[in-house]
Amino acid sequence: MNAIHKIAVAVAGAAVLVTGVAAQTQRINGAGATFPYPIYSKWFSEYNKMHPNVEINYQSIGSGGGIQQVTKETVFFGATDGPMTPDQMQAAPGKILHFPTVLGAVVPIYNLPGVSTELKFSGPVLADIFLGKVTKWNDPAIAKLNGGVTLPATDITVAHRADGSGTTYIWVDYLSKLSPEWKTKVGVATSVNWPTGVGGRGNEGVSGLVKQTPGAIGYVELIYALQNKIAYGSVMNAAGESVKASVQAVTAAAAEAAKAMPPDFRVSITNAPGKGVYPISSFTWLLLYENAKDKNQAKTMVDFVKWALTDGQKFAPDLGYAPLPEAIVKLEMAALAKIKVS
Amino acid sequence: MPKSKSRSDVAFQIGTGAFGFVLIALVCGIGVILALESLPSIQKFGLGFWRTEIWDPVAGEFGALPFIWGTLYSSVLALLIATPIALGIAIFISELCPAVLRQPLVFVTELLAAIPSIVYGLWGIFVLVPAVRALETSLPDSLRKLPLFSGPPLGLGMLSAALILAIMVIPFISSISREVLKSVPPAQREGAYALGATRFEAIRAAVFYARTGIIGAVMLGFGRALGETMAVTMVIGNNPKVSVSLFAPQYTMAAVVANEFAEAADRLYLSALVEIGLVLFIITLIINSFSRLLIWSMARTEKIVAEPVETEAAA
Repeated sequence: MNAIHKIAVAVAGAAVLVTGVAAQTQRINGAGATFPYPIYSKWFSEYNKMHPNVEINYQSIGSGGGIQQVTKETVFFGATDGPMTPDQMQAAPGKILHFPTVLGAVVPIYNLPGVSTELKFSGPVLADIFLGKVTKWNDPAIAKLNGGVTLPATDITVAHRADGSGTTYIWVDYLSKLSPEWKTKVGVATSVNWPTGVGGRGNEGVSGLVKQTPGAIGYVELIYALQNKIAYGSVMNAAGESVKASVQAVTAAAAEAAKAMPPDFRVSITNAPGKGVYPISSFTWLLLYENAKDKNQAKTMVDFVKWALTDGQKFAPDLGYAPLPEAIVKLEMAALAKIKVS
Repeated sequence: MPKSKSRSDVAFQIGTGAFGFVLIALVCGIGVILALESLPSIQKFGLGFWRTEIWDPVAGEFGALPFIWGTLYSSVLALLIATPIALGIAIFISELCPAVLRQPLVFVTELLAAIPSIVYGLWGIFVLVPAVRALETSLPDSLRKLPLFSGPPLGLGMLSAALILAIMVIPFISSISREVLKSVPPAQREGAYALGATRFEAIRAAVFYARTGIIGAVMLGFGRALGETMAVTMVIGNNPKVSVSLFAPQYTMAAVVANEFAEAADRLYLSALVEIGLVLFIITLIINSFSRLLIWSMARTEKIVAEPVETEAAA
């Protein structure tokens, strides 16, 4: 056998191998939220290592885009940081189920030269700042929460997200729960009509604004603040404690919410009751059709979600996400059984 | 001549003609799709969309005025800054520059044009914005009372956006102006010198001769400034409020579409964003047509003036 012959045989063999694998490999496409993208891509690659024939592709195009694409059935599953609205559920061709996967939190960041003590905030005060009603750092409302801290008379500059974002959704959802004025004047969405302030693009845009502007206050995801070592303030929870965001405090919020969990999991857990709870926390959800057209893909997805909710949770804390509490995982396992796989 | 047209000539004509037609079809297609996709918003808001200042995705109320204002204001400011500088560069390179310096200067201006806008944006955030903020805070209080300089000195805002746009369009305007100046017949300058003109006067004559081309270059820069997205959104502050203040954070059409499109799930919201695209499309069309008209009318009068010179040069 000469060399060329050998190569030809090898190529032919490889071709058979490739097509053979391709025929068995199951490719599932999803799209949606950018916030859980790091853990989702970790999960998909880990899952692929254990099940080489399952390949899940995820495009982090944003929650709105994810809801749209899953509604149009151009992808098999969607992902979102804010639960779908009743209108959006109506627009879908079939019943869509929500599955919380991990938890995230949003934290207030600020830049106040001359103040080294960590500042404390509360929902009403944050709302008034973002409404443009509290405009100086030494405002009595802020001073009252931070006894013993000498606050300068610096002007407050509000920094918010300019791009539509689940982070904004969680933040304004919290503000609207604590401030009736915010609820009526501004409302809750991934983009809102901001009463005041400047807009930055992405977490990096907002944190850049805050870092550079003396007197600025903004909000970013907890993960982003942790990974970039950005100092952030604590927030008063429903029990009246001042809590600094941490993975544990966020999981605690979900554990409280589990006690009154609606069966469809479409629930906001901002300002959750209970001790040690960080109040600006939220689930992020996967969106799956209850009765999907492709039953094979449905079966694979159910298997995957089961793994993600159990073994997969151990990857969460390292990536800055809070894992789901046991009680919620149990509820979700029951809900997964509703998905038709044959 | 037409009789001797060979078959390949005809084929070539049809082929290139088809490409030309594709271009027209493409522009029409974009316009039609933009109009169709924005129908819900057009039906709901009508012409009021162009003059409403509210942009409230929660309440479902949309108006494009602050974005139209921000786009035109930032682009016009950018041109006001960029045009004299770009012309200066072009004239220096084509008329006055020592030969050794010419190639490096041409290379550097063209390099500026090749930098991706996100890089300009990052530079804007880390260098330009702090510098602008320092400038703004150092402004005397008497000036700060003027409407042009009102508002807190954030650094982010119209001034930063105009400056970064100016830097981005300078290479375009100066490169094309330089080419245009290069194509001015030598007879123009020689004639001017023959009449006893100084160097300045001779250059002035050449610039005057090339004025339609230079206006074309400026308009190209304007078009680029209107559509610039990333760099602008990173420094303008993204606040949809109409203001004449250079310090005020504002917003542009391209920026709002880029920022909000991904998360817009509501039908009306989406179509309002697409309509912003349509408005930008129409405004660009109007400005381009207007500049064509201007160039065309100038070219007509120029022919009469320039004719004797042309024949002289030919002879």
